[in-house]
Amino acid sequence: MEYFLQLFFSGLSKGSVYALIALGYTMVYGIIELINFAHGEIYMIGAFTGLIVAGLLTALGWPVLAILAIAIVVAMFYSGAYGYTVEKIAYKPLRNAPRLAPLISAIGMSIFLQNYVMLAQTPDFLPFPNLVPDFAFMQPFKSFLGTSDLFIIVASIVVMAALNLFIKFTRMGKAMRATAQNRKMALLVGVNVDHVISMTFIIGSSLAAVGGVLIASHMGQINFYIGFIAGLKAFTAAVLGGIGSIPGAMLGGLVLGWTESFATGYVSSDYEDVFAFLLLVLILIFRPAGLLGKQRAQKV
Amino acid sequence: MKSRWIMTVAGMAMAGLLLVGCGKKDEDKNANATASSDKIVIGVAGAHSGDLASYGLPTLNAAKLVAKDLNAKGGINGKQVVIEPMDDQCKPELATNAATKLVSEKVNLVIGHICSGATKAALPIYKDAKIIVISPSATSTELTQNGEYPNFFRTISYDLVQGKAGAEFAVSTLHVKKVAIIHDKGDYGKGFAESAKKALEDGKVAQVAMFEGVTPGGVDYSAVVQKIKNSGADCVLFGGYHPEASKIIIQMHQKGLMIPFVSDDGVKDDTFIKTAGKDAEGVYATGPQILADNAIYKKAFADHKKEFGTEPGAFFPQAYAAALALTNAVAKAGSTDFDKVAAALRSEYVETPVGKIKFDAKGDAEGASFSVYQVKSGKYELVK
Repeated sequence: MEYFLQLFFSGLSKGSVYALIALGYTMVYGIIELINFAHGEIYMIGAFTGLIVAGLLTALGWPVLAILAIAIVVAMFYSGAYGYTVEKIAYKPLRNAPRLAPLISAIGMSIFLQNYVMLAQTPDFLPFPNLVPDFAFMQPFKSFLGTSDLFIIVASIVVMAALNLFIKFTRMGKAMRATAQNRKMALLVGVNVDHVISMTFIIGSSLAAVGGVLIASHMGQINFYIGFIAGLKAFTAAVLGGIGSIPGAMLGGLVLGWTESFATGYVSSDYEDVFAFLLLVLILIFRPAGLLGKQRAQKV
Repeated sequence: MKSRWIMTVAGMAMAGLLLVGCGKKDEDKNANATASSDKIVIGVAGAHSGDLASYGLPTLNAAKLVAKDLNAKGGINGKQVVIEPMDDQCKPELATNAATKLVSEKVNLVIGHICSGATKAALPIYKDAKIIVISPSATSTELTQNGEYPNFFRTISYDLVQGKAGAEFAVSTLHVKKVAIIHDKGDYGKGFAESAKKALEDGKVAQVAMFEGVTPGGVDYSAVVQKIKNSGADCVLFGGYHPEASKIIIQMHQKGLMIPFVSDDGVKDDTFIKTAGKDAEGVYATGPQILADNAIYKKAFADHKKEFGTEPGAFFPQAYAAALALTNAVAKAGSTDFDKVAAALRSEYVETPVGKIKFDAKGDAEGASFSVYQVKSGKYELVK
């Protein structure tokens, strides 16, 4: 039973990170039906920003929790700026182009950002300071849930709850839902669609930055390539849950995290990815729109 | 519309800030290095960029130092030695490109590649072009032992020996009883892990608690760490490179799993200590034997500090030895002819930083072996 719980929590914290990144994929897809492949790189840039801020503040001797909070906030702003800029440069000019064009543009952006960080920063792995102190009250649970795991899980829950409230109850949230339902109609009733799309990119990117800083602090190292696998897994989570659906992204992230964790624990880590993608294939066979995606008739 | 533009520009300006980092770049590519009769061109292929660059760049430096020394003395038989670097980032698909490029530029000899997977991918191309390749670091057993590549030599011992050395160290020095073997599913890491497993099973002293591969670049390895813990292992043997090793050791310590961690020369690198920080303390790694009191090694070490201002990195002694063996063989052979140089490599002893070596019929250096090192206060030290 203890082993089960250990695997359960390790899957939960991994799944929470996937979910945080997956939200960005799913929000963007929901609104402009674009798979933003540069999203994993935004996550990586968030982690790098966190590292730079943490390095500066550590040198100034700030308390570690304050550093964590400031690093996350700065990383959110910075990644948000990146998300905004990427959208303006790479996607906006292609908004009325055939759907393949922005997709290729997204892949190009992803490769560009990876290599840009590699050249501007370093190709080496960099150590990331542990920004989450071990709390005394977590000691009895240490064997299956560390403080940084707890932070990741709590932060994800808070962020997702806030996002849900934002989308349900604010004017901007309403405008987002309207744009997602029908962009042209939203435009006709006076929604500033460009503004909504920019906002979507900014929010999605800042959420990825939260994940970036937390997981980098948990793993203790980053390099320019970490966004690729994280992005790929988060994209899988978004598809699993139903791309375009926000609760779906969260559920998809958790299901993927648990599948990987239990497959490693009870079968073999050699087959971790096999089980994760087998699950994806099975779900897409039986529910083509994903777990919580809307089953819609295709217009032919 | 105007304010929109201002915001875009502001966003781009913020993006530009990230550029303020260390933007150093290797600008020493020798553009006009093509083969001609008055020059001997040595291609140096390996990871010169990417996350494994710390394994490849020391070899390039070693080759440059040896070439500089030789050229100062008038070259080999009156011909100047020119170094032609070629990057493969340790990726097999890039290694074939690098090899094709070196062949088309008509280099005479090649030092490299660095990683086993990349070397394996590139070797057939050199074999067809009849170019001698000598690697300072590709330890995959089959590269020499299957006898397919008469053009391949190496100045490092191979995984079969290395895995055995790691396993024997764990059993006889650390007295462990149950070993968890983890690898990164790559040619190199899995090769190390398999030979360690075989050595443990043959030895019958310790049992193998688990044998599993992890996906390189994974977001989190806590599940596999929990499994190690659950298996009751009292030692972890890891085959692979430092990025995964440092993630696993950090997560082991986070989960309170403080058992010995024994790894290979893919981890015996200062980058590992830098990334794993204090969690690296106490980690064991096998690595090629270095004769610290060897006069040539001392000279090479001093030259490196003088020329590049830093201490040499991973595989530097092996690379220096490779460059010396290769240039010596060319000098003895009197030409860069394939058969003559290969024969000279197999017959002529040469003094190198790894001892007095020549190569056996399969291409392995006679006299190269492994030692075990341990991280002590931020440095790898030989375990006696």
